[in-house]
Amino acid sequence: MKLKMIKGINKNTIVSLLSIILGLLAGAVLMLITGSNPIDGYTYLFRGGFMNIERFGNTLATATPLIFTGLSVAFAFKTGLFNIGAAGQMLFGGFCATAVGLSLTWPKPLLLMAMVLSAILGGALWALIPGLLKARFNVHEVVSTIMMNWISYWVVYYAVPAYLKGSFLETESRRLPHSASLRVDWLTNLFNGSYINLGIFLAIAAALIIAFILNRTVLGYELKAVGFNRHAAEYAGINVNKSIILSMMIAGALAGLGGAALYTGNAFNIQIGVLPSQGFDGIAVSLLASNSPIGVLGAAIFFGLLYSGRGFMNAMTKIPPEIADTIIATIIYFAATNVLIEGFVDRIRRKKRGV
Amino acid sequence: MWSTIVQIFPYAITYTIPLVIVALGGLYSERSGVVNIGLDGLMVCGSFAGALTIYKLQPTMSSSSAIWIGLLAAMAAGAVFSLLHAFACINLNANQVISGTAINMIAYALTVFLARNVTGSGNIHITSGLARRNIPMLSSIPIVGKLFFSQTYATTWVVLLILLISWFVLYKTAFGLRLRACGEHPHAADAAGINVYRIRYAAVMISGAFAALGGAVILVTYSGEFTGNVAGLGFLALASLIFGQWKPLGILGATFFFGFASTIANVSQVVPALAAIPGVILKVFPYVVTLIALIIFSKSSQAPKAAGEPFDHGKR
Repeated sequence: MKLKMIKGINKNTIVSLLSIILGLLAGAVLMLITGSNPIDGYTYLFRGGFMNIERFGNTLATATPLIFTGLSVAFAFKTGLFNIGAAGQMLFGGFCATAVGLSLTWPKPLLLMAMVLSAILGGALWALIPGLLKARFNVHEVVSTIMMNWISYWVVYYAVPAYLKGSFLETESRRLPHSASLRVDWLTNLFNGSYINLGIFLAIAAALIIAFILNRTVLGYELKAVGFNRHAAEYAGINVNKSIILSMMIAGALAGLGGAALYTGNAFNIQIGVLPSQGFDGIAVSLLASNSPIGVLGAAIFFGLLYSGRGFMNAMTKIPPEIADTIIATIIYFAATNVLIEGFVDRIRRKKRGV
Repeated sequence: MWSTIVQIFPYAITYTIPLVIVALGGLYSERSGVVNIGLDGLMVCGSFAGALTIYKLQPTMSSSSAIWIGLLAAMAAGAVFSLLHAFACINLNANQVISGTAINMIAYALTVFLARNVTGSGNIHITSGLARRNIPMLSSIPIVGKLFFSQTYATTWVVLLILLISWFVLYKTAFGLRLRACGEHPHAADAAGINVYRIRYAAVMISGAFAALGGAVILVTYSGEFTGNVAGLGFLALASLIFGQWKPLGILGATFFFGFASTIANVSQVVPALAAIPGVILKVFPYVVTLIALIIFSKSSQAPKAAGEPFDHGKR
């Protein structure tokens, strides 16, 4: 574990910042190659995300599902699991929330609670199977969660047209009524018509709760212990199988909440034929935050900014919006190859000390 | 029933072949000890490189030579692109799953980004794909001729030939033995004088070339268009690799099984005999079967022992 603090500055933070810089540089090179001015591009990209209160609200709203999936992946990482199935858990959680929202006609606060709860349950259920397989049969969770992603994809693909479709389109569910949307008037008005919604509060609360569980509770200690060394934890009397299943379910529940935020907050319906990219972006968020729940908030808002500003950039320049995705993907790559960056940082430090 | 099978068989084979070559690529990589979940992205990369090449060349030369050059270009692009994964996993000891995820995401985003600069819409349409042909003589054999030798694409035979050669290379040559040794016990291989790094580089590049070829085969057979994704077939190939237990013949069986199930699901709307089977069951079938296979083989898995573990020369 390379978690040591050196001279007050956390090495992880330096690696993250350097990854971001390298990612942005790669984006700049791409813009140059395709004949656009990177300075203009980035100016419009950041203005698109921050220019006014409405766009700032949109940035936060775009960041909301990323916070959840980032937390999901980070929590799993901390407990020694690699949850690459956030996309599927999120899709299924969002599907459950949408289904509840479309079928019940309860008053808004009660309905929202039911929807959020069903998203949690849906996501947790989707992660329960990989958890069980890992605990009971030692099946690697990377493979099983990938399989669960595609099972989720096809279940939703067939379930939405069969049960939730509107009168015209086969490819999406009916539009959620206002009473079943996480958007509330006061928040929309506060942000001048932005699509920011209650999801952001849920996300911040979730980050705080996860940070508390991991750092301040016996449960968090046990889950992390299993992650560090399964056999040592078992020897210390921790129920390893139960811990693995529980970790997976908590990670799934977080991703499921992300689905609720995406499909019933940012959007009004659920579409079929797409695995939400936020599930995979969660890996980037978590890496950039070096798995710290509070860091996830910052990393997710940064990615939210790239995603929400890209439309404006695309409108003002010729740069295709996919530049944002490319930058994020490049950042993951650099974060994954952190050995390179760490070695670089070490070399510079050694030079400074004159060794 | 028979006529239905004859009807859908060519489609099933068309759908299976890309999976075979992609899973075979994954086999090289994993057998050498590098997990490659970037197969899906590498397919997209191949689909893009192939589409771009064919799109540019088709007006200038005969359609079929443009297609074959496109397929070669796709393989080259995949091999080069997979170097990113190889470098991260082999030289930098990066987490192979994270690197693979990054490969996927870079491929999805970068190809559409570049395609938009070419066509504006981000899709690249090729004028014409490969033609289906009956194999002379063989197609007139009763039963077998109808199923296997009618309405075939040339790429099908190329892929099957590659599969055959791969079986030979993996099991009958020194290179194959070394490659498998690197995936089982890299330190022992190293002690025996094998350059683990070089073998793994070769394996990852082969997997990149094959996965990209798979993506390009989809392009020139049934899709005809680059759209920025391959509908997750890279992951289905990964499932086939596991279900086929990391063996060439195993993946041939697994991909055919999955390809057939998916084809039935795709055509069940139009073929009355199949409409009774709910599509969702057929579609989730490959993934559920893979999960079950993982459980069954959990005690006796044939997975390469060192897959996913970085090789550190100094740590023997």
